[in-house]
Amino acid sequence: MSEQIHNTARPVLQLRQINKNFPGVKALQQAELRLYAGEVHALLGENGAGKSTLVKVMTGVLQKDSGEMLLDGTAQSFATPKDAQHAGISTVYQEVNLLPNLSVAHNLFLGSEPKRFGLIDKKAMAHQARQLLSSFGLDINVTAPLSDYSVAVQQLVAIARGIAPKRGAACTKVLVLDEPTASLDADEVHTLFQVLRQLKQQGVAIVFITHFLDQVYQISDRITVMRNGCFVGEYQTAHLNKAELIAAMLGKELSQQRHHTACLAVEQSEAILSARQLSSGQSVQQLDLELPQGQAVGLAGLLGSGRTEICRLLFGLDQADGGSLSFAGKEVKLSTPAQAIALGIALCPEDRKTEGMIAPLSIRENISLALQAKQGWWRLISKKKQQQLADFYIEKLQIATPDSDKAIGQLSGGNQQKVILARWLAVEPKLLLLDEPTRGIDIGAHAEILQLIRQLCQQGMSLLVTSSELEELTAFASKIVVMRDRRKVAELAGGDLNPDRIMAAIAGASV
Amino acid sequence: MSRTYLPLWITFALVLLMFAAGASQFDGFASLRVVTNLISDNAFLLVTALGMTLVILSGGIDLSVGSVIALSGVAAALLIGPYQWHPLLAFALILPCAALFGAGMGALIQYYQLQPFIVTLAGMFLARGVATLWSEESIAIEHPFYDAVAEFGLELPDGGWLGATSLLTIALVLLMLVLTHYSRFGSYIYALGGNSQSAQLMGVPVARTTILLYATSSMLAAMAGIIFSFYTYSGYALAAVGVELDAIAAVVIGGTLLTGGSGFIIGTVLGVVLMGLIQTYINFDGSLSSWWSKIVIGGLLFFFIALQKLLSRSWQQKAGGKA
Repeated sequence: MSEQIHNTARPVLQLRQINKNFPGVKALQQAELRLYAGEVHALLGENGAGKSTLVKVMTGVLQKDSGEMLLDGTAQSFATPKDAQHAGISTVYQEVNLLPNLSVAHNLFLGSEPKRFGLIDKKAMAHQARQLLSSFGLDINVTAPLSDYSVAVQQLVAIARGIAPKRGAACTKVLVLDEPTASLDADEVHTLFQVLRQLKQQGVAIVFITHFLDQVYQISDRITVMRNGCFVGEYQTAHLNKAELIAAMLGKELSQQRHHTACLAVEQSEAILSARQLSSGQSVQQLDLELPQGQAVGLAGLLGSGRTEICRLLFGLDQADGGSLSFAGKEVKLSTPAQAIALGIALCPEDRKTEGMIAPLSIRENISLALQAKQGWWRLISKKKQQQLADFYIEKLQIATPDSDKAIGQLSGGNQQKVILARWLAVEPKLLLLDEPTRGIDIGAHAEILQLIRQLCQQGMSLLVTSSELEELTAFASKIVVMRDRRKVAELAGGDLNPDRIMAAIAGASV
Repeated sequence: MSRTYLPLWITFALVLLMFAAGASQFDGFASLRVVTNLISDNAFLLVTALGMTLVILSGGIDLSVGSVIALSGVAAALLIGPYQWHPLLAFALILPCAALFGAGMGALIQYYQLQPFIVTLAGMFLARGVATLWSEESIAIEHPFYDAVAEFGLELPDGGWLGATSLLTIALVLLMLVLTHYSRFGSYIYALGGNSQSAQLMGVPVARTTILLYATSSMLAAMAGIIFSFYTYSGYALAAVGVELDAIAAVVIGGTLLTGGSGFIIGTVLGVVLMGLIQTYINFDGSLSSWWSKIVIGGLLFFFIALQKLLSRSWQQKAGGKA
């Protein structure tokens, strides 16, 4: 629809059919993005949708494998971030990449300081810094070190640096903001948005990446949605309601075929875990949750809704500061993962690369790790036992590997995930928490993992599974808990278990 | 704001305190002569410490400076003595060579991502080894130029005398002051010490800065070696053993953070002056063992390192408070 408006104007930056592969992963497939001068363009998608890869290609951090990038109509490719900056594309990352020890003014102008007689003119630098920041509504002491100020101020300084004129560079045409509001409070967001509106009027094209959908509606003119590295669509914000947006982000190819099997029979079984008004700081608020024995419960919600935080809380990684928790009928307090493991709770974390696997160790060692930790390090599991364990799970989970001595880092994503699963299955937990078990793995392994979840239910294990893919959840869950803004907003079971209802619950009142 | 300058003020207060203590106890302590002697006696240490300040500001360390002092002294003595070079010609060869030596260490640190500690430790053994290889004996320097330089100076009232080497040292201090606080190179050094990754993302030429930095440190150490040779009229391979540690101590007492990114040239000057004052006090007293200066410096170091830890902790709390 946007074409009707913009078909006369030329995009200031256009990315066409961008492909980017990493070993074993298609990070971007035919990705598209069109930016027009003077717009705020929201780039949306769940984790792993390819937003950050696309931004990195655009800003010269990564090189595209194929595709076309047009800046003001001419083909461009940037070898380094500096090239992109010189061409007028500035990026502000989520973590503030500035120097806390230097003054605010120096952070703004490092590398292009105003000079007088060949020396840095600190007076002029402070003056220019004050001018630049006053247009941002910031009246601070620019000669004080940056570390004196809050993250919000630092974020605004980073943006100011992004648009500050630089030596020998084109003026800023495109400003990319990656999750700029993640650490800001409401007032600070308001200030930031005022600045963005100002920049918009000056004709800057702004890419706004966020997972706060309300903010998307507050500030953005158009939206590009990505999913699994693919371009889903380009929309005008005014013509896309929240439910449609969420549908685009989560995918809506509804497979009518249902895999509801044994564990879907909604028989009343006893709860293995129940939480009452469980809270943990800002991350989980007043959660009531019952996990029935021998069933899989799905946990749905957008990124940042509190899904991962619940898993962390139930595994003792984060501490509850309110409410109560009982496990197998007994009141418990979890303050370390060791306690959770002792009770029979296991967690497969979301990011297997940094939180799950130990890449240089072999499959065998990775599998026996959790069991060894549970037994205590003084009762060493013999190599023979480890071998048996590894062989058993390689066979059972069909892990594709020549032998168990291969380093886990050399396996494909799906097989890595199976090894991590095997690690926790070896502990024979009563409750298994799976945080996004199917992210970044291929279709075949995907189906096998779903199959495995159903098998585990039949064997009497209880599971709590988070996933962004709604069809997947309906394929095995006996009930689905929907989270929004750190709170449980719905619990769906029986006939309500379909992606449309989940989506409606995620979108909330605005449907 | 005041947190940045607090260690500086403490050192300044200690200098005043030490001076007042000396002046109140001993006649002739509060004189220009004592002050100018303080400069000429510690000139080579101060010049070395200037280079060390740059290195520590960047988050690195340079252990090779003591050996470089000895090596350049031996080289100067050999070139002037047996080889009959004019001293100025010898210096014109020694200084660029030292800069190359430092640049080599900087390049190793930068391109092989090696620890500065290890690289400069290797440099320390290397330079000391080469110096000893050239001559195990102390070589005396006798040259009209050295006599002329020794006679040149500024007569001050109250028995004060600023010799050529003192004037050179003061000039170097001023030069480094400008370079560190008012040049782009200086701000790049602070940037490296703050966070080298962010610095890279902000477009700081990290490789060039690192190499130049260690080159400057080695060149200043060679300069200190030359100044030392004017002081002793000789070159000796075993001279200036442990001066690198004195230089580090002076920099830390001067309020520069060992983790890099925060500190001032003037702090280092105060650090050297404080260490010199302690020695002067002991000399005036006459009955105290001169090892007391080491003990006091050791105590001061503990104090300043604890202070750094406290300050950087409150820093982090402040920065992390909102995250």
